[in-house]
Amino acid sequence: MSESQPLLKVMNLNVQFHTNKKTIRAVNGLSFQLNKGEVIGIVGESGSGKSVTAASILKLIPTPPGEIASGEILYKGQDLVQYKEKDMRKIRGNEISMIFQDPMTSLNPTYTIGNQLIEAIRLHKKVSKKEAIKQAIALLEMVGIHEAEKRLKMYPHEFSGGMRQRVMIAIALACDPSLLIADEPTTALDVTVQSQIMKLMKQLQIKFNASIILITHDLGVVWEMCDRVIVMYAGQAMEEATVQELYENPYHPYTWGLYDSQISKRTDPNEALHVIPGSPPDLSQPLQGCPFAQRCPYAEEVCFKEKPAYVEKNKGHKVACHFQTKTRNLSRKERDQNG
Amino acid sequence: MVPPNALSVTKGKRKKRRENLFLRRLFTNKLAVVGLIIVVLFTLVAIFAPFIAHFDPTKMDVNDALQSPGQDGHLLGTDSYGRDVFSRIVFGARVSLFVGVGAVVVGGAIGIILGLISGFYGGWVDSVIMRIMDGMYAFPFILLAIVLMTVLGSGLGNVILAIGIANVPTFSRIVRGQVLAVKQEEFIEVTRSLGAGDFNLLFKHILPNCSGPIIVYGTMGIAGAIISEAALSFLGLGIQPPNPSWGNILQEGRDYLQVSPHICLFSGMAIFLSVLGFNLFGDGLRDALDPKTRV
Repeated sequence: MSESQPLLKVMNLNVQFHTNKKTIRAVNGLSFQLNKGEVIGIVGESGSGKSVTAASILKLIPTPPGEIASGEILYKGQDLVQYKEKDMRKIRGNEISMIFQDPMTSLNPTYTIGNQLIEAIRLHKKVSKKEAIKQAIALLEMVGIHEAEKRLKMYPHEFSGGMRQRVMIAIALACDPSLLIADEPTTALDVTVQSQIMKLMKQLQIKFNASIILITHDLGVVWEMCDRVIVMYAGQAMEEATVQELYENPYHPYTWGLYDSQISKRTDPNEALHVIPGSPPDLSQPLQGCPFAQRCPYAEEVCFKEKPAYVEKNKGHKVACHFQTKTRNLSRKERDQNG
Repeated sequence: MVPPNALSVTKGKRKKRRENLFLRRLFTNKLAVVGLIIVVLFTLVAIFAPFIAHFDPTKMDVNDALQSPGQDGHLLGTDSYGRDVFSRIVFGARVSLFVGVGAVVVGGAIGIILGLISGFYGGWVDSVIMRIMDGMYAFPFILLAIVLMTVLGSGLGNVILAIGIANVPTFSRIVRGQVLAVKQEEFIEVTRSLGAGDFNLLFKHILPNCSGPIIVYGTMGIAGAIISEAALSFLGLGIQPPNPSWGNILQEGRDYLQVSPHICLFSGMAIFLSVLGFNLFGDGLRDALDPKTRV
């Protein structure tokens, strides 16, 4: 792999789901790239296509009804979209692995933790069972599970949610993947465990210089973990920038909406939380104009008619909006100051 | 990293408690225990048949024919050829249980594989397999078995095959239903995301999660197969005389129902008790394995 080549480059990805009468366009022309050692966050509401994007990279979209309609997913320069199932199996878990949302259901209840870890190791590494056990113990200790040897013989139901997610991380890292996709890894956990898991992931990321795609709707997690952020809406990228840049200069009204919906120390406990009015557009209908126009407080006529181009505003800061004036940006800062 | 030390219970204790829950639920169910005792009893009788029976089950003695129970050391009397009914029933247990278990194994093996494929792949594969199963359902079971027996000819192996094949549709249905539920589970997608192939997923991850209903239906299926074997033998299509089976003892005794009712009575009792035992035990297993019917 040459220096200049990104680890993962997604180009104009379109993913569709065909139901009886309708075609749902879950991902619409998404493009982004990820360099080695970089952590990228994908944020957005439920149904904005985040998880579908993640599943598409591993080609885990159930086909039918799902389908990668067009686009390229270049991993180390190879287009995964063209890969056959048999070749994909060599990528999954070995090159790219995934951490799922709900650790309570992610482990097979009929096998011990050890059994599942060893399976994950031996799917791709040709090692003896003895060696695999040794590696499994090392993996468990790496993710902060003590008395690993004893834990190996335990069943998933004997573990708490946080512990299970640690096990899932261990399983995902079993074959030293170059890319880790974490699909809302902490949503199903309670807050204290969430921060433990995020700390663990950050530690491991630094230790292995791994690349991570972190899918979440928790902006707090994004600030802590990520180098760059993609804001997704209706299966499209609305804005993309480094964490720092996006925090200081968010351009897109949707991003502002996400910011305002966060709970912070400044949130007045007596006031209702901010919500973005309306709901995401029906993805089975063809979209005209900007997908966010219906809910955008600043929308003008052009927003309903023309689809805004996804253009680079600052260095590395891309946004899809017809209007990106400083005045609007100021309005957010004013809001911040006013508290 | 902070060690999560909240859960430092030793493995031994934990495991014991887990197993106990299932066993406790099974043993608090009195009917299940009765069923289990009957099943174990019949199994022991079948295994130790030569030690339990005093007489050769096929040895005829016309002078001794149609003796009442208790006479001349014949515990349950003799049949029209003078053969000891008790010995015939004891050896018949071997045949009946062997056919029962064999038919479930044969039917289960085919049915489980078809059900797994059907549920996992769905689409036209599913449609084709399930329509064939529907077709087999449409035949009355005994008719299907008779057709198979006439085609295959009589004999122990063919009885097992015929009853086994008749069991295939039910097994495949049950397994298919389970697969449809289990394949939606997230751990299946996780395993796929680790690079596991279909074969691995099906047999290592989906099948063990279907085991509950399979075990329950298997147990009850043995009871059904025992009855089927008796029915086929009664019709003269199953185990051929002089080899004893509960069905053909019953059939031979039918002609002497008025003179010597004990022949039919005891062989019928053996069928009745063993079937009852397997059914009670199967019911108990189902209740103990199903977390939704907590007592």
